[in-house]
Amino acid sequence: MTTKSKNPASALIGEQEALYRDYSFPEVQKWKERTGGLAVGYMPIQIPRELLHAMNVLPVGIVGAGDDIEIIRGDAYFQSYICHIPRSTIELGLNGSLDCLDGMIFPAICDVIRNLSGMWKLQFPDKFSWYLDVPQDFDPNIGGDFYRHELTEMAKELERRGAEPLSDEALSASIHIFNKHRALVQELYNLRIQKPWKVPTAELYVLLRAGLVVPVEDSIATMQRYLDLVQADEDRKPMDQARVILAGSFCEQPPLGLIRSLERAGCYIVDDDLVQVHRWIKHKTDPGTDPLGAIVTAFLSDSVESPTRYIDEGQRGEEIVQRVKDAAAEGVLFCAPSFCDPALLDQPMTVKAIEKAGIPWTGFKYSEDTGQFQVIREQAGTFADSIKLWSGV
Amino acid sequence: MRSKNLKAYGQEGTLVQKDSSQLRQKQMIAAHYDRLAEAEKTGEKAVYTFVPGNLTELMLAFDLLPVLPEINALQSGMRGKSRGYISAAEKLGHSEDVCTYVKCDVGMLKSGNVGPTGKHLPDPSLLLLSYTGCFTFMKWFEILKEEYDCPVVMLHVPYQADGKITDSMRNYVVDQLKTKVIPILEEVSGVPYDEDRLKGLLANSAKAEDDLVAVLEMAKNKPSPIDAYFGGVYYIGPIFTAFRGTEDAVEYYKLLRAEVEERVRLGKGPITPEGEMKEEKFRVVVEGPPNWTSFRKFWKMFADEGAVVVASSYTKVGGVYDNGFRHDPERPLESLAEYCLGCYTNLNLPSRVDMLERYMDEYQADGLLINSIKSCNSFSAGQLMILREVEKRTGKPGGFIESDLVDPRYFSAANIKNRLESYFQMIEQKREGKAKALEGTNTEETSGEVQG
Ligand code: SF4
Ligand code: SF4
Repeated sequence: MTTKSKNPASALIGEQEALYRDYSFPEVQKWKERTGGLAVGYMPIQIPRELLHAMNVLPVGIVGAGDDIEIIRGDAYFQSYICHIPRSTIELGLNGSLDCLDGMIFPAICDVIRNLSGMWKLQFPDKFSWYLDVPQDFDPNIGGDFYRHELTEMAKELERRGAEPLSDEALSASIHIFNKHRALVQELYNLRIQKPWKVPTAELYVLLRAGLVVPVEDSIATMQRYLDLVQADEDRKPMDQARVILAGSFCEQPPLGLIRSLERAGCYIVDDDLVQVHRWIKHKTDPGTDPLGAIVTAFLSDSVESPTRYIDEGQRGEEIVQRVKDAAAEGVLFCAPSFCDPALLDQPMTVKAIEKAGIPWTGFKYSEDTGQFQVIREQAGTFADSIKLWSGV
Repeated sequence: MRSKNLKAYGQEGTLVQKDSSQLRQKQMIAAHYDRLAEAEKTGEKAVYTFVPGNLTELMLAFDLLPVLPEINALQSGMRGKSRGYISAAEKLGHSEDVCTYVKCDVGMLKSGNVGPTGKHLPDPSLLLLSYTGCFTFMKWFEILKEEYDCPVVMLHVPYQADGKITDSMRNYVVDQLKTKVIPILEEVSGVPYDEDRLKGLLANSAKAEDDLVAVLEMAKNKPSPIDAYFGGVYYIGPIFTAFRGTEDAVEYYKLLRAEVEERVRLGKGPITPEGEMKEEKFRVVVEGPPNWTSFRKFWKMFADEGAVVVASSYTKVGGVYDNGFRHDPERPLESLAEYCLGCYTNLNLPSRVDMLERYMDEYQADGLLINSIKSCNSFSAGQLMILREVEKRTGKPGGFIESDLVDPRYFSAANIKNRLESYFQMIEQKREGKAKALEGTNTEETSGEVQG
């Protein structure tokens, strides 16, 4: 618990940080005891959590182990030239942290997660281990049919393992709850654009991470509380910082210390790709009379321009240029995990687009367990200074 | 049929024996690249696409010329050009961490797009993104899309996550073929879709596939008449690239099969960079692509030890035919879909382990050796687990080496040679241990693995 002298919003963040860094998943355990439902982990970036929620399954976002856990066995599963998140995830599986989960879902985002899904099957043969393939064809009658079928099959398997059957009523209700969550996250993002000193990214990030390991209803309550606290907090005052967008950190997450370092180096991060599952679908989903169809349509036509998703129309980078405008940002920080193919193959295309738009940028790589931020901090500081210098001209 | 052996000097100056089939393949490839070089004059159109899940028969049914950037990249690696190309791409901002095929291709494009035979390659009229078994493909063609003023068509092939092809997967691919791929091929070529023509090509494919499987399976003989990895990459050349479905391919595989049958009849081992292998000392299964920048040196390290690769997964990237799959003219689009779905890297890890275990058994191999490619997640992620699983199931030792496809910076010859020598020694010790155990001597067996 935090001391009384601490600012209430910061105290709340302290609690939430402790929560997301607790790899015994206390809230998951409590929820299971309370409801008797299944809890299923999922890897980044996106899965339709509404569907699990509707079946009384608790979706639990597993984003590796950051810099919190020493990798003892995970390194024997992956060569040094593969990103860090799969090895720390395997470590969590092997050290018993994930025993409270009834299974794992691996969405189709890259070859590493894809192969990890098979490794999971070999390593934990009795657990539910599901590879969720997502279409790269966005035609409702083709990719849409395929995705609907994938979701239906996953729901059937969950039901076989003890989840409640999927009903339209329950799914509609769950869509409404996640709409509410999404709207609240959006409100926090909007407030950060308007008053970044009110919502430091390191705090927002903590809320997003904690939101992965608690029931969505709890996350809504926490985020609402935080929003109220920071809006009322007069101690949070503007500073002379450069407004930047953080791009490329959509899967393996940078250490919290790195985010803090960037802010301390003089950057207001006014948009980012962090914990993208909360914002994968951009707008409110209308469940209508076919809620499963609504989930499919949202995926096909209302998803973010992720590097893991094929762009069939337009050019890579158009969306980030737009995001820079929308957030009134002055520059882009490419901050991608080492060896992350989707992020790093994407970067030259995105750089081309932002350079064409005259937007300054800089880039660096990290690993979730990076411990030294000095070089990155200096790089970001110099970048922020150069922005501030030139924006005054 | 008795093969005609000719002698010629190979790239690195070694005297190599060339079989008729090899000469035939050379002619086929030369003629194809000549056509490509002339394409801008003759008006023939090129379609760029990938090896796994390639739709060669379909492209040929529209008189389109396939170009495979992966093949160009590996050829650049073999011709010593890749270092410069990769460095050019890195200077343009491509990360040192990503697939070197992509960077090699981008560098080649920026250096004038000169193909493996030294002749210019035509710009694509279409980028056919057969997205199967590797995530990088998608990014690769997004990058090329920015360089060329031509349409792109995506054929998304779902992953065999449970080791089987479902109706939904097949229908998804067939629907894309019908509504996306075929219409754009018609548009680009100006040729209407003719299913009978496609069926004829697929019938040819099946004949060539029968012969290819027969060739690869002859490695079950002792001694093996072929090296199914280093030699194997030549054998898969025509069928994995621009020739599947052609009469040329049918002829090539008929010729090749006869040559290999003859080697079996004579009890001969495979041809290596040093000539014919006299004594087969070790039989190994290899997982992972080869290194191309030091291909012959790499091969020689095996040959010097008397090691023959009797089966490999790399020769299945462009199609796994030894599990019974054949292109089927009676179900043209469905069988194209099943082909795309069945490529090696589109199989889940448990299926890959099963396949390698089966190879170890059926080919009576002494061990599994993995060549892990630094920049290829599609193959590399999970290989350490594959190694342990196969070791556990077969009781045979595994070896692990690391290199890269076309980036010479990651081929450390001395290191790899040392590891291979230790690995083969380990097999030897294990064998001796077994022999002694059979004689009734109570000897402890050597186990473990050599890691890179
Ligand atoms: S960090 Fe990148 S490469 Fe690694 S698992 Fe995530 S998306 Fe895949
Ligand atoms: S990542 Fe591997 S499979 Fe994919 S294009 Fe590169 S070398 Fe080929």
